[in-house]
Amino acid sequence: MAIVETRHLTKVFKQGELGAVNDVSLTTHEGEFLVFLGPSGSGKTTLLRMIAGLETPTSGEILIGGSVVNRLSPRERRIAMVFQSYALYPHLTVYKNIAFPLKAQGVPKDQHRKKVEWAAGLLGIGRLLERKPRELSGGERQRVALARAIVREPAVFLLDEPLSNLDAKLRASAREELERFHGSVGTTTIYVTHDQVEAMAMGDRIVVMNFGEVRQIGTPAEVYDEPADTFVATFLGSPPMNLVERDEVIVGFRPEHFFPVSVLAGRAAIPEPMRAADREGPYVPVGLRVGHEEYLGAERIVYGSIEGGPFHGKTVVSRLASTLTLPFDAGGVHAFAVSERHLKFYDRSSGKRTTPRSVAWR
Amino acid sequence: MLIASFKQNIDLYTVENNPFKFNLPPTLEHIRFLFTQTRFVRWLGNTALVGAIVVVITLLLAVPAAYALTRLTGRWGQRLGIAIFLTYLIPPTLLFIPLSRVVALLGLQDSIYSLVLVYPSMTIPFSIWLLMGFFKSIPRELEDAAMVDGLTRFGAFLKMVVPISVSGILTVVIFSFTLVTQEFVYALTFISPEANQMVGVGVPIFLVRGDVYYWGALMAACLIASLPIGIVYNLFLDRFISGFTVGSVK
Repeated sequence: MAIVETRHLTKVFKQGELGAVNDVSLTTHEGEFLVFLGPSGSGKTTLLRMIAGLETPTSGEILIGGSVVNRLSPRERRIAMVFQSYALYPHLTVYKNIAFPLKAQGVPKDQHRKKVEWAAGLLGIGRLLERKPRELSGGERQRVALARAIVREPAVFLLDEPLSNLDAKLRASAREELERFHGSVGTTTIYVTHDQVEAMAMGDRIVVMNFGEVRQIGTPAEVYDEPADTFVATFLGSPPMNLVERDEVIVGFRPEHFFPVSVLAGRAAIPEPMRAADREGPYVPVGLRVGHEEYLGAERIVYGSIEGGPFHGKTVVSRLASTLTLPFDAGGVHAFAVSERHLKFYDRSSGKRTTPRSVAWR
Repeated sequence: MLIASFKQNIDLYTVENNPFKFNLPPTLEHIRFLFTQTRFVRWLGNTALVGAIVVVITLLLAVPAAYALTRLTGRWGQRLGIAIFLTYLIPPTLLFIPLSRVVALLGLQDSIYSLVLVYPSMTIPFSIWLLMGFFKSIPRELEDAAMVDGLTRFGAFLKMVVPISVSGILTVVIFSFTLVTQEFVYALTFISPEANQMVGVGVPIFLVRGDVYYWGALMAACLIASLPIGIVYNLFLDRFISGFTVGSVK
């Protein structure tokens, strides 16, 4: 097991252009599940590939287990990587696929079978060993790729969007399996994804990236509840955080913290947790002109714009539990409110978090 | 071809006879003529030797070149590949005059090694182009995975790329070999001694004397020369059309 560290790591693909990865410095914890989260083109995969040794950094250092590995080839870094496409070797059976790293690294042949069976057993693919990759389903392929990664007991796991090729249902179960797997192996893992749900569910910490830069590093709760800038605020959460601007400041609040005043007064049936969390005031009353509403089964998403006051006309979204059956007529103005302690303030020019200030809403 | 090889000459030349059956008893006369009165066996041997050497040279140069062009040079690789392919389009009838100077300069005239020198100039460009197509269809992640798993880049190339593109490599082998057996212009211009002829030139030169065509022997020669290639083609047919990489990546 080992700690991965990057120091001022930069990768520029084309001279004179903005780097795919810009001055990234981060350190994993021992045995941590660290997630790189960002939209496509944010540099997360490039960063991972540099850690793997598949891309050469333009500048900066990579350390694995305390020593600089910049000059080491991938095979010397004691890492294992699972690729987005799984990259199973098509001409080899599952057994040979899993045994491949052992063979390539010169592990004595008599140990192969034992190790392969251990890895296959851990992932429940013992009965597939004689098949070829093309005869496997997506989930089975993913497990073979994982088995191939663990078989030589690497210091670090690198996973590059391993779930993105699975259908939604399989993805949920594979996610759970990966979590359990990490729990039992306990190896430091770096996981790249663009899916915030995966990141929130699996990550011990999340590294949110955009345009090759780290925007925030923190636990799922930290990045969700206390986003460091407007990018993180809007990238995490579905629907994203409401951002309304005025003068030099942008005010943000989560859609789930924005609900009808009647809820506060206890006049409508609302779920207990929500009431408990938001019982404390003071509240900012906001008039909402309702645009349209989406009913999503477990929740209702109400789209509209602020009516009156300095923020008049700004589009905002409210996310309500569908146990709240209060009807909203489209076009009508309803009294909504948001708790003051749930307001986040961002500097308009930099997008960075600033100190709370009082804002006139009326 | 099969029937004509074993027909008696009288049978062959009688216009009223049905050409698709033996009107007179079949004969081995033409085969015997081919093997005793001409140096057909020697020609076959020359062709096989030149073919083998050319195939080896082609593979040694085209496989790494195609790999490098697909993988390492980015956007220019593709253009360079096309440029190389374009050289293949220059017809031998244009090139044989300058090339004969080269051959003479190297003292290779009348030697089969003149052909060993010249043929790769036709086989390599086409093979590079063909192999580039195969290598491009191999996902890069496979090599990345192999390198993370403990191979060097060269190791990944040998153990991943080559086995997966085996059908492409076989195609190159057969293409190069076929080209050697059927090429005419260079083989005709660079080599005159009877003993050093290739089968494709020796047969028409020595079995067509003036306006006398030894049809039976000609057909027999063609049949024998084309059999091995026909067999090889059929053996590897499934390899050519098999979707070999299906299932490795999604």
